[in-house]
Amino acid sequence: MTCLRFARITSRQGDDELTVESEYSPDSDKIMSVSLGPQHPGAGHFRIRLWLDGDYVVRSDPDPGYVHRGEEKMGEYRNYIQNVPHLERPEILDSSNTLFPYALGVDELMNSKIPPRGQYLRVIMSEINRIISHMYFLAIQGYFMGHTTMITWCMGDRDFWIDLGERIGGARVTFAYIIPGGVRNDIPSYAIDKGLKTCDWFDKRMDEYEKIFFDNPMVHQRSDKIGVLSRSDALALGATGTVARASGLSFDVRKDEPYSSYEDFEFKTPVLLQGDSWARAYVALLDMREAVKIIRQALKKIPPGQVRLKLGPQPRVPAGEVYSRIEAARGEYSYHIVSDGSPRPYRLKIGSPSFKNLRVLPHLLRNVHVADIPVIYWGLNYWPVSADR
Amino acid sequence: MPPTPPTLEPIRAKAFAAQIASRFPEVKVQWMKERRLKVTSSPLRMRELGLFVRDNMGFDHMSTVSAIDWIAKNELEVVYFIGSSTPGQEDFILAISEMVARDNPVVPTLIEVWKGAEYHERETHEMFGINFQGHPDQRHILLPEDWNDLPPLRKDYVSPGR
Repeated sequence: MTCLRFARITSRQGDDELTVESEYSPDSDKIMSVSLGPQHPGAGHFRIRLWLDGDYVVRSDPDPGYVHRGEEKMGEYRNYIQNVPHLERPEILDSSNTLFPYALGVDELMNSKIPPRGQYLRVIMSEINRIISHMYFLAIQGYFMGHTTMITWCMGDRDFWIDLGERIGGARVTFAYIIPGGVRNDIPSYAIDKGLKTCDWFDKRMDEYEKIFFDNPMVHQRSDKIGVLSRSDALALGATGTVARASGLSFDVRKDEPYSSYEDFEFKTPVLLQGDSWARAYVALLDMREAVKIIRQALKKIPPGQVRLKLGPQPRVPAGEVYSRIEAARGEYSYHIVSDGSPRPYRLKIGSPSFKNLRVLPHLLRNVHVADIPVIYWGLNYWPVSADR
Repeated sequence: MPPTPPTLEPIRAKAFAAQIASRFPEVKVQWMKERRLKVTSSPLRMRELGLFVRDNMGFDHMSTVSAIDWIAKNELEVVYFIGSSTPGQEDFILAISEMVARDNPVVPTLIEVWKGAEYHERETHEMFGINFQGHPDQRHILLPEDWNDLPPLRKDYVSPGR
């Protein structure tokens, strides 16, 4: 019955959003317009406007901006060191990776060479944050699929990584650890042992995750072939990170453009071809396996020496323009920094992966059941605060 | 002063610049690095340039759209950062930019070239007041619908309390 309509609309490819709209006019009495969010507990501070035909989503229009704080404008009022703490606020789950490209950009502008120990510590903290962020992602994804074990286990195990981050960076969530010129402080020796133990324990833990979450028929039924994104669409829509890698694109800045000694470590870029919600969650698990590998290698062969350069409270940054990027948990995180030689940046553009992936959402939220919306939405690993900046 | 690392000769950036110059001789190279190249074109030929770099040079992936308010020159600059999935040049980011007058900033949209530019252009439109001609939907995306002030990322807009 509904399958006919389903086939008719999905058979079109590419620029079809507007065609669907003309066919199902929003004013038609058959179509109901509903707001999902911004106060929905699953949506975060984010609204999706939906046009529904019974149980089917005909069209959707994401509406971000509820937590826009003007980070870019704030950046123009503060000097390069004062910018450190507020720039990691948009993405507290992945705070080190949020600061990492900023630090790389300022380093490039100042032409400074980071000591090897500082580079390794940046890598360790970045990978710990990747695990923290992916664990949260898997927890909520499990919650949306009705898998209570997944949220309790992932949230619980995530805490061990937060503890490790606390031992290195001193804070629990917003570390402000990766700063221009290196990292804020050295790693205490007991944290190295603790880190290696956590890696060994987590490897075993992930084997259990694989059995209990990903080989689970319930999880397969709830997420297989839901929200399928083809490779060509992922490329055209500008997808990045787990979304791109689940659709067969092998984007990984760590491999493509090794920064901060990533070329020293052995790891793979997991790529899946299915492009559905299951693959987007599974690619996160594979990412964590690689992250553990990198942390173990980095902890074992961390070189001695300094961890940061002395820049002073107000470093002089020469005039110039730089585009720096790294692979954060959610994808490519980039900064476009323009300096005119003054103590403050002339322009600071934050390119967050959540905003880059946002264009995929209205593309996927068409001709799907209302019950599938949470799985598709959270499968994009979207973080409203990071997208709004 | 920190030690200066040896500067690498940007061989590939030079090759890409030459490839663009062979077709668009008026395009100016702003700067080049080992893995970055920024060129400036006139807004009139921007779409043509976009199609050329996408189809002939393999830059198929929109990374970010940024803009800069050069208030002293009375100009706005729109910069598109484009990545590539072509094997061997995944590490390269090509930046193509255009300068436009601050009083009446109208530039063509590049959505037909890179569909992913849609929300980035919407954001640039509201933050800098740049009008993207041909853009299907220039509603506010991050700002409130009833924002009734200067575009906030322009230099003459002063944050409240400053």
